[in-house]
Amino acid sequence: MEPIRQIVSRTVVLPYTNIDTDQIIPARFLRTTTREDLGKQLFSDWRYEANGALKPRFPLNMPEAAGCAVLVGGRNFGCGSSREHAPWALLDYGFRAVISSEIADIFRTNSLKNGLLPIVVDEVTHQWLLANPGAQVTVDLESSTLRLPSGTSVNFPIERFARHCLLNGVDELGFLLSQQPQIVLFEQKVS
Amino acid sequence: MKTMFQRVWEQHEVAPETADTPAVLYIDRHLIHEVTSPQAFTVLRERGLTLRRPERTIATIDHSSPTRTEQIFGGVPFSIEAAAQQVTQLQKNCAQFGIELLDLKSDQRGVVHIISPELGLTLPGSTLVCGDSHTSTHGAFGALAFGIGTTEVGHVFATQCLLQRRPRTFAITVDGKLSAGVTAKDLILAIIGKIGIGGGTGHVFEYRGPVIRSLGMDERMTVCNMSIEAGARAGMIAPDDTTYAYLANCPRAPKGEAWDRALSFWRTLPSDAGAAFDREISIDGSSLEPMITYGTNPSMVIAVSGSVPTRRDDAVFDKALAYMGLHAGEPIGNQPVNVVFIGSCTNGRLSDLRAAAEVLRGHKIAAGVRALIVPGSQQVKRDAEREGLDRIFIEAGAEWRESGCSMCIAMNGDSVAPGEYAISTSNRNFEGRQGPGARTLLASPLTAAASAVRGRVTDPREFMNG
Repeated sequence: MEPIRQIVSRTVVLPYTNIDTDQIIPARFLRTTTREDLGKQLFSDWRYEANGALKPRFPLNMPEAAGCAVLVGGRNFGCGSSREHAPWALLDYGFRAVISSEIADIFRTNSLKNGLLPIVVDEVTHQWLLANPGAQVTVDLESSTLRLPSGTSVNFPIERFARHCLLNGVDELGFLLSQQPQIVLFEQKVS
Repeated sequence: MKTMFQRVWEQHEVAPETADTPAVLYIDRHLIHEVTSPQAFTVLRERGLTLRRPERTIATIDHSSPTRTEQIFGGVPFSIEAAAQQVTQLQKNCAQFGIELLDLKSDQRGVVHIISPELGLTLPGSTLVCGDSHTSTHGAFGALAFGIGTTEVGHVFATQCLLQRRPRTFAITVDGKLSAGVTAKDLILAIIGKIGIGGGTGHVFEYRGPVIRSLGMDERMTVCNMSIEAGARAGMIAPDDTTYAYLANCPRAPKGEAWDRALSFWRTLPSDAGAAFDREISIDGSSLEPMITYGTNPSMVIAVSGSVPTRRDDAVFDKALAYMGLHAGEPIGNQPVNVVFIGSCTNGRLSDLRAAAEVLRGHKIAAGVRALIVPGSQQVKRDAEREGLDRIFIEAGAEWRESGCSMCIAMNGDSVAPGEYAISTSNRNFEGRQGPGARTLLASPLTAAASAVRGRVTDPREFMNG
């Protein structure tokens, strides 16, 4: 996992509430045994016509969306299925952060474990971002702030442990493995 | 004073949470399937790790496996090569890492959330996880059960633990009594409609009250199954004599002295009378009617007797109705349907099939309607056939299949064509869930069966009392 410190990018906006993980990557693409190359299937049914042509008006397909690393979605982003293929697809496509006013629990957990930053902002900031696609924003993980083009900075909540892992590019498995002595004690106690 | 959730959580804390670190939570039971496990095994191989407690993990094949008998038992190849490869990969992984696999031809195979309770592996007061959001199903037994991602599947493999922040609690009390024709599915759809699709985010539900107490285990599982559709981490129901009577007949539940010890422990689990929840709501069960969804998430739900609501200046709502080809203000009753799917981890158990058979007995499925009935497990299939339910279905003109997730997630080739309407007993009506362009109406097995006969959305109460 690559460490994250700062993300400076324009935003792409999908102004829909309750974007579920079936939209992020449809189930028919889950017949894979690896996590690679899922970006081409990201939002597949929204991005492509049935014949495979790109839908020109879908925000990700617009020329100004090229190279954007920050996705802004409507409230309750990532609800539904627990498929980790959703953050894998977003990361493979080039996104590093997702912003919403509410992010579903399992998607949020999966994102943190893969270096995709789930950013929950207040309603006012969220509405401004939804209304201003292409806004240049700066995400600073160390200070847990999102800087808007106006220069205003808003804080976003992120657990210390998750932030530590993301800043250092380390995954949580190492920490869990270091808990072995306590796990042994627990197993002895309950057996 | 403690809630049941608090008790189960605290009993599984290997290390409590601190400001700097999440809790280390011990996992008693881990269920895996072919779709969300392969990449976790890859991590084990890359790091040279093994399973800490392989006997606590059990595997089966459900999501991408075909439901045609000849493709399971007759040597006819899978229609989808990638699905076959995924199954082969799970077989290899289980063999290499010493995990019990209820394989394609096992008479104990089935949808992961149906077989674990059936076998008696889902126990009150335990923690249970699976790389599948409908793991909330198992909370019906008073287990703390939740869906996880594939990275976390790897964590459980390697350490039998997960790092977790403690969720908040949310009590949902259902008073009164359900009317005839109103099922557990209608109840949970009504609850989701009330709370909203994200209304339970960050919370664990506890369902309580006289209506919940009156439900059998199959029905309790239907309720807990869809907790995730309101965004909740998990949904729990306190164990009681209904739970114990169910478990007493399960092959792998504790027996003899172990049963007695377990039973005395299980009786200590329910929430204390005055325990505080972070949030609470009440629902009047007596006022509920058969429910059906009209939109593209499960909270977009109305009574079968009702009309599609009207909302002004709501582009997302308009987008959902445009996808569904439905119009604000119009009754949902009599909407033609092309496909009927009865099955899934939500409604693929024996009592669901009995309910469908009760309606279909002596009737024919409407001309032009395709009805697929997929038992949730091979055990459910055998039980249904013993009662002759399969003959009722086949005589009505439905297809009777081998167990699996099938058309709920449309990964195995069982799917709904673009633009077609499917009335489905499954759990998600998201765009494309049952196939690209498919339009899903979620409902109970009773409503699905009644609609199959008429070929249009039908209130099942029209089939009752003669």
